[in-house]
Amino acid sequence: MSDVATDVMAIIQKKIRVERSQLALDDKLRDLGLESLDALELVFDIEEKFDIEIPVNANDSNIGGFETVGDVVRAVEKLIAQKAQPA
Amino acid sequence: MNRVVVTGLGAVTPLGHDVGSYWSELKNGTDGIRPVEVITDPRLNQKVLGEIKGFDPLKHFDARELNLLDRVSQIAVVAAREAIAQAGIRFDGELSERTATIIGTGAGGQNTNDDSYRRLYEEKAARVFPLTIPKLMVNAPASQVSMNCGLRGPAFAVASACASATHAIGLSYQMLRSGVAQCAVTGGSEACLTFGSIKGWEAMRIMAPDKVRPFSRDRKGMIIGEGAAILVLETEPDARKRRADILAEIIGFGMSADAKDITAPDLNGMVRALDNTLKDARLNPQDVQYVNAHGTGTTVNDRTETQALKVAFGDHAGKLAISATKSMIGHALGAAGALELVATLMTLRDNVIAPTINYLGPDPECDLDYVPNTAREMKVDVALSNSFAFGGLNAVLAVKRYRP
Repeated sequence: MSDVATDVMAIIQKKIRVERSQLALDDKLRDLGLESLDALELVFDIEEKFDIEIPVNANDSNIGGFETVGDVVRAVEKLIAQKAQPA
Repeated sequence: MNRVVVTGLGAVTPLGHDVGSYWSELKNGTDGIRPVEVITDPRLNQKVLGEIKGFDPLKHFDARELNLLDRVSQIAVVAAREAIAQAGIRFDGELSERTATIIGTGAGGQNTNDDSYRRLYEEKAARVFPLTIPKLMVNAPASQVSMNCGLRGPAFAVASACASATHAIGLSYQMLRSGVAQCAVTGGSEACLTFGSIKGWEAMRIMAPDKVRPFSRDRKGMIIGEGAAILVLETEPDARKRRADILAEIIGFGMSADAKDITAPDLNGMVRALDNTLKDARLNPQDVQYVNAHGTGTTVNDRTETQALKVAFGDHAGKLAISATKSMIGHALGAAGALELVATLMTLRDNVIAPTINYLGPDPECDLDYVPNTAREMKVDVALSNSFAFGGLNAVLAVKRYRP
């Protein structure tokens, strides 16, 4: 597993409200008991950790269109790659 | 119990700096959400806000007075002067001591706060301006209106976020009804378009990037605005005695708290505030023709408010005309309830309902009549104005066309 995945999963692990010793990439976010304000803090923690901007509007039905833990990891990896490229 | 009437209105808004221009733009369906000018930091992602454009404080105050007035107090005083001028009332002698000044604000002197922090943290200044504290305190608008207009009765600020002004007007109404006061200058003011404050709203991720579309499909959230609106309330016998032009009567006020979530609205809390208002005003659901909705444009508020209206009004909900003036001026938080009550009172006066603009079409979860996109001529005798705040604090006012 990539370093990004490990870091993202550690951040998610701190916010979830269900007993889960080990997160998996195909875990669905909605099964992890994340409440709407948890999700806001989660996105903030990830943005701060990687110095990226994740475009999320809380009015969308599922936050940022992320269904699984893996979706978040892939989005973060993509944003990090975009940041590495010269503008 | 005294009947309580409205005899003066004042407003400073993104759609004009007095009630006449505000109301005429609301009827036109003008969108007051425009590109941000007051915040220039490139780190601001939000590109549009409900900003009051072209407000020149030096037209209303001299430089010495302005040393003491944050923008939130400036617009409150200007709106209060307009309302008092319209009421044509003089606060001499005993009346001054029997007049309440109750002004809602969510955030107080945010511009003063922002300026002093910028000096300290960014410019590394050794000191801030001497009048920083009296400018930024949350009761500054109430105190400045009291001082400027010579009002010496009960005076204080009310803070309940997005419901502040409605709570303020409701308390004033209760004071006049019970005889604690004889007149009130009341409403709300908010001027929170500062870099720090709007970054806070960005972080909540509930603002729409472009337009406010309350109750519409594909709505993307609320947009913050600023403004002030002030009303003069009097007991009915006093207003008649001095042959005032009575604009309307306030007939009920209801409150509730959700005791649930700090940001998410709650159906039960909204319904109880609506029920309490109808009961306080001795209204049956079918007596009401128009509701000026809280209607922020967020997915959750508009869905929950629609459900609440259906529960509180039953079958009659489908016959209500409902509109959200926030579609045109954004959400001015602690001033919103007063800005919206002014619109509601003008509806009673003109029999025209301001529209919900930027409406793209029905959302399956919002299926009532929201007066989409264009104003409607309709006889309105009784109306409600809803405010449902962050923190689960709900307040609703009922108003009626005045008949002696």
